[in-house]
Amino acid sequence: MDNPKPIISIRNVTKRFGSVVAVDDACLDIAEGEFFALLGPSGCGKTTLLRMLAGFEHPSEGDILIGGQDMSDVDPNKRPVNMVFQSYAVFPHMSVARNVGYGLRVTGVPAAEIKERVGEALALVKLAGYEERMPTQLSGGQRQRVALARALVKRPKVLLLDEPLSALDAKLREAMQLELVRLQQSVGITFVIVTHDQDEALSMADRIAVMDSGQVRQVAPPAELYEFPNSRFVADFIGKMNLFAGRVAGAADGRVLIEIQGMDRIAVPYGDQARGEIGVAVRPEKIRLAPTPPTDGEIGLRGRVREVAYYGDESHVFLETAAGVITANRPNAARTTTPAVALGDELWASWEPADTLVLTE
Amino acid sequence: MSEVAIPSESVVVRRRRRRRATPLEYGRKRWLQIVLALNFLFLYFPIAALIAFSFNDSRRNVTWQGFTFKYYEKAYNNAGLHEAFLNSMIVAGTSTVVSTLLGTMLGLALYRYRFPGRGPFEGWVHLPIVIPEVCLGVAMLAFFAWADIPLGLFTVTVSHIAFTIPFVAVVVRSRMAGFDESLEEASRDLGANGWQTFWSVTFPYMIPGVVAGALLAFTLSLDDFVITFFTSGPGSTTFPIKIYSMVRFSVTPEVNAASTVLIVLTLTLTVTAMLIQARTGRKIDTHG
Repeated sequence: MDNPKPIISIRNVTKRFGSVVAVDDACLDIAEGEFFALLGPSGCGKTTLLRMLAGFEHPSEGDILIGGQDMSDVDPNKRPVNMVFQSYAVFPHMSVARNVGYGLRVTGVPAAEIKERVGEALALVKLAGYEERMPTQLSGGQRQRVALARALVKRPKVLLLDEPLSALDAKLREAMQLELVRLQQSVGITFVIVTHDQDEALSMADRIAVMDSGQVRQVAPPAELYEFPNSRFVADFIGKMNLFAGRVAGAADGRVLIEIQGMDRIAVPYGDQARGEIGVAVRPEKIRLAPTPPTDGEIGLRGRVREVAYYGDESHVFLETAAGVITANRPNAARTTTPAVALGDELWASWEPADTLVLTE
Repeated sequence: MSEVAIPSESVVVRRRRRRRATPLEYGRKRWLQIVLALNFLFLYFPIAALIAFSFNDSRRNVTWQGFTFKYYEKAYNNAGLHEAFLNSMIVAGTSTVVSTLLGTMLGLALYRYRFPGRGPFEGWVHLPIVIPEVCLGVAMLAFFAWADIPLGLFTVTVSHIAFTIPFVAVVVRSRMAGFDESLEEASRDLGANGWQTFWSVTFPYMIPGVVAGALLAFTLSLDDFVITFFTSGPGSTTFPIKIYSMVRFSVTPEVNAASTVLIVLTLTLTVTAMLIQARTGRKIDTHG
């Protein structure tokens, strides 16, 4: 992802509201044509950052460059970006066509061109034939398409989306995720989406910035973020994670020796230096369950099944061990109603040392 | 079998009918019907009588002598009444235009901006609604006397503007309470400047409030007696004041006729206001 030409450069941007620091010294480069996600829990500053890109908020410190141009003195209506609002903000007193054409009308685009571009934009979001409908006659999903078309018709350099799918029901949300990706690929515009939903970010984005209390914690493609989180916060926030508190006991040929209370000393491949108290983590789907101890080289932990949560496609098994409760995901591959694991079963959990994460932050 | 089933079914039906009446289900409560009838009688009988006797063919108002339109004719040909009606229209029209303009701006400012002393300012703005009209009238009169402004149509109009502004402001402000501010942001985002945003996004949303406020201001001004009484001078008699002065000589069907005209006029305006509000409200409010 080392694109030489960032369309958006966020340089040491800090935003304070009174004594509250909403965004704390954020640095981000977003490449042209990228589908970029700002992910974080509510109140982490992601929406504030997006609103600063749109021009509705001004950085207390730092600079924002869009297309290489400093945006400090540029009003929202002069920026080469358009936004899809969380509430959609479809103008209630205008028909679909007038809503979509609004941004062209106010900037003096000739009527014939407006008609043509509105038609194209509505076709793009699959709302052709809805031109004369009023917003009250549309469903939530359709209103969102109007908001999308209204922003895209302006041909912005960057499209900003503020929690665009949060108001939709689960099925529609999944369909819209795929459709947004398709749309982004077909128009080739840079998308910056704000979301608190990690599944949304992982499935849609090319790169994700994870934010927490105003700070950007990690910027990486989805798989890297999931498999190689750089901190306990990211590891815990993205997906499910078994976290242990460990202590480095030594290092030898590319491995660190780690002591975890309730477990034998483990050796984990690790390139960097680590000492003292660290976090040790392993994803639930990397853990296998078996009635017998693991073969050589694997990390094993004995425990008793305390709970089994059935999700249809997989079951989450909660195993009570000397190192605490750990979660293992078992895919329900066979078509049966008899559970493979029962409460009280004595089982061995095991995983490859390479699947173990060492978290120093 | 069926002979047994039928009675039991009708029991179910009867039981459903006998569910407890809700507190205001007057159709099933005799005493509530009586209270209701007495209330309506008390409220509307005088008005109905006033209207009925405007068609009474008698110089005095006591007994029904026969149906006639002649007092409407007489009222119509009464030059003083004519002039008073014209004055009322001028005062109500002018004061409505000005107070709607100022009241709308005030309502919008109170909705939108935070500024030092906003709380006290808002209270102070609403003062004319609370202060007894007599006091307002006296205060205005004292002010005009102090400022050496001769009483006339001008002073009446200015006073009406002053006391109707807060009503418009309150109506407009309550309309704005339901406004989604991201609509304005969306407009700015799409390239509109502040002026374009106001006229194509904010104002269309405000219209029902503005219209309702204007009609309220108009009826308030048209009906006003007390403040007008203090601030009018020679040649600036309004319709209500004229009717009052006529009553002081004698209550003739002519007065009834004139009052009926006023009632019909204000009723029409009020109903229009309600219809406009209901129609535009339905079109816009349902927005998710």
